[in-house]
Amino acid sequence: MNRRAYGLRDWLLQRISAVYLALYLLLFLAAVIIAPPHSYKDWRGWMAGPWFGMATVLFFIALLIHAWVGVRDVIMDYVHPVAVRLLLLSLVAGVLLGSLFGVMATLAEVLA
Amino acid sequence: MFLDLKRIHLPVMAVLSLGHRMTGVLMFLAIPFSAYLFNLSLSGPQGYAAVLSLLQQSGVRVLLILLLWSLAHHFFAGIRFLLIDFDIGVDLYRGRRSAWVVIAAGVLTLFTGVLLAL
Repeated sequence: MNRRAYGLRDWLLQRISAVYLALYLLLFLAAVIIAPPHSYKDWRGWMAGPWFGMATVLFFIALLIHAWVGVRDVIMDYVHPVAVRLLLLSLVAGVLLGSLFGVMATLAEVLA
Repeated sequence: MFLDLKRIHLPVMAVLSLGHRMTGVLMFLAIPFSAYLFNLSLSGPQGYAAVLSLLQQSGVRVLLILLLWSLAHHFFAGIRFLLIDFDIGVDLYRGRRSAWVVIAAGVLTLFTGVLLAL
């Protein structure tokens, strides 16, 4: 795919990540209803489970993609001065990557 | 491009779409704080207890309820947009009706959340 087609690629990524985020949230909600974590041990046990842990890793990756495409589209629609736009986009990218990095470090430690 | 928000008369689908954007941005703003709390909650029993007591504060509760509504609205509106991508419910009548259903579902989730939080 060439560079001009990134809009189509991101349109698709936005939808695929949306479906995954929705499914994960429903799974999470079901887990909370069926067996709510009552202690730190329960909560950590959730995340340390290989399936739930990996699903959570994927959740945060999908969240990063989804939030990036969505917020970038909003910024590109409403913020026109190039310098401000670039500054905002860099801030958003920094916040998202920083958050993802922290969460991945935590999950790597929990899953190890 | 005509984007003067003060002069556009908005049909319900447009309100829904704007809501989708605003709730998305709101939840984006919550990401770094949520990530921090997630990390803290898994850092040890003290961190977990600290997150729990923070989440029980009334100011934080209000924010959580706002975020719950955001998530619900974004979720239902997103499903509606996905269905429209698949050519389901594209005509004016259905589009208008499903927009109201989404707004109602978001508000209903909000009320459920408030009731559960009390």
